[in-house]
Amino acid sequence: MSQKITGVKASAGIAIGKAFLLTTPDLQINTVAIEDSESEIQRFQEALARAKNDLEDIVLRVEREMGTDHADIFKAHLLVLEDPELVDTVKDKISNEKTNAESALNDIAQAFIVLFEQMDNEYMRERAADIRDVTKRVLSYLLGVPFAGLGELTEEVIIVADDLTPSDTAQLDRRYVKGFVTDIGGRTSHSAIMARSLEIPAVVGTQGITRAVQPATLVILDGHEGIAIIDPSEEEIAVYKRKQADYEAQKAELAKLVNDKTVTLDNHHVELAANIGSPEDVAGAIANGAEGVGLFRTEFLYMGRNDFPTEEEQYVAYKHVLEHMGDRPVVIRTLDIGGDKHLSYLALPEEMNPFLGHRAIRLCLDNQELFRTQLRALLRASVHGNLKIMFPMIATLEEFRQAKAILEEEKKSLVNRGIVVSDQYEVGIMIEIPAAALMADQFAREVDFFSIGTNDLIQYTMAADRMNEKVAYLYQPYHPAVLRLLHNVIKAGHAQNKWVGMCGEMAGDPIAIPILLGLGLDEFSMSAGSILPARQQLSRLRVEDAAKQIDTILQMSTSAQVEAFVKEWLERV
Amino acid sequence: MVEKKIVVQLAQGLHARPAANFVKVATTFSSEIKIIKNEKNVNGKSIMGIMAAAIGKGEEITLITDGADEQEAMTALEKALTEQE
Repeated sequence: MSQKITGVKASAGIAIGKAFLLTTPDLQINTVAIEDSESEIQRFQEALARAKNDLEDIVLRVEREMGTDHADIFKAHLLVLEDPELVDTVKDKISNEKTNAESALNDIAQAFIVLFEQMDNEYMRERAADIRDVTKRVLSYLLGVPFAGLGELTEEVIIVADDLTPSDTAQLDRRYVKGFVTDIGGRTSHSAIMARSLEIPAVVGTQGITRAVQPATLVILDGHEGIAIIDPSEEEIAVYKRKQADYEAQKAELAKLVNDKTVTLDNHHVELAANIGSPEDVAGAIANGAEGVGLFRTEFLYMGRNDFPTEEEQYVAYKHVLEHMGDRPVVIRTLDIGGDKHLSYLALPEEMNPFLGHRAIRLCLDNQELFRTQLRALLRASVHGNLKIMFPMIATLEEFRQAKAILEEEKKSLVNRGIVVSDQYEVGIMIEIPAAALMADQFAREVDFFSIGTNDLIQYTMAADRMNEKVAYLYQPYHPAVLRLLHNVIKAGHAQNKWVGMCGEMAGDPIAIPILLGLGLDEFSMSAGSILPARQQLSRLRVEDAAKQIDTILQMSTSAQVEAFVKEWLERV
Repeated sequence: MVEKKIVVQLAQGLHARPAANFVKVATTFSSEIKIIKNEKNVNGKSIMGIMAAAIGKGEEITLITDGADEQEAMTALEKALTEQE
């Protein structure tokens, strides 16, 4: 009988293979009195040197196979091995207490591990695992026990382990390791991140897989569903082989599109961009073929800290994103807090209706120092790429004019101080308030672009809080009321030769994409993972056909009608 | 011996990469390097000691360098504490 075990989806894909149980080598430490402390210290130094050698090899291999960033952790391990607080203290202990090297090292390392494990910062707690990992490596040399067995694999396996340490993952040979499943860990644990970057399926945090599996038992791993099937039936194997083949074929098909432009069957180009929340997200955007960044949410810079970020910190973050995107456009949205987003160091009064309250541009125009600091950082960063500045929650033209005037003032004062500011950046607004959508023709004369934020636009149009489950049924992206607003905004933008984008969830939705294409949307910004599927979908559509459907769609009376119509239309093409 | 009070300017404080960077710079000098935070003494060449001290952005520490190359060490390390890589 097969057995199904559920865990956390850590990395997508399907693997079928024999279980390889990775057990920790037996590092039994006995405290032994020694006579010759000199030669014991010598023995410790030799074990250190061999561990260092290993790590240096690993750094080189990881840099070559996975990139410099992934090697950083092993460089940190090397620093631990060279740490005088560790090395000298162990030596002192050996000579003062006449104790063996294993026991001295283990005691000192444990003290550090406990210290780090007690810290209230998750990052620091993870460093305890690093110290443990490094210590094990040296101990295994001292004890003459081989360190892990992953280097000696000769057949395709699925690794089953309590957890995988960074050293384990670095030794994974992709020829043989088809996937892994662990007892502990979450989506952001080291092993999960590594699995995604190696693109091998993984399920973590099963809390018990090591006890349920015998070595060499057949295991099916489904990284999409986060399950492992132990000792599967013939039927299960057949089903998953088919799923595996489908997934691989689809992935290969999508991967071909990474460097392509997004072009429809009738040769119409639209831009597919990524929504990002931190500078580090740029790498994922590029890896998924983003033609730009359509929304960089700057809130992250302000959150999880005790004070406002300085102009310099912001400048560094914006510059990073702009430089990495090169010529590709980067839309950076100015601070959008208030509503459901709060800062611990900025006291905001309780509001009856926070989503209709003092948030985003409204708050920035009232707290000008905060706003001006961000604008200066943006202006200074403008020389490093293709910058587009976007103001959120604009309801009236006066708000836009005031925000733009402040931007101009800051630009002038920077230029007067001899600081270079680009002349090429654009200034636009996010359309998320129905008033702005209806007045788009007036805005279009003064802005450089529109980006439609559908998440808020839909909730304001339908007067339905998207967080409230009881009214969730009113959150209807395909409702003709919403579509008519989109139509109005895009038409108004184009009449003044301004480009129009969209940065809400809707832009990556396969049902919405054909409608948006027909409406003439120029830029679709979505989470990075949706870009390639969207590019594939668009390559099978014709803008001419899509445009012809728009009149019909806009005359429909319900969301359900629109959805059914689009589904049927998609089946025809 | 050279002693100087320094306010740490690194965005993430003296954690992770900046800490590793600091140790890398510190170990290139023969002088003894000490960081004093809240009267606690940390060996400036110890990655674990520095990370355990959890020195955040905006915190003031005292940096002490003592040895043949103490001046050069002070200049280089002050830079490592105040300038983003």
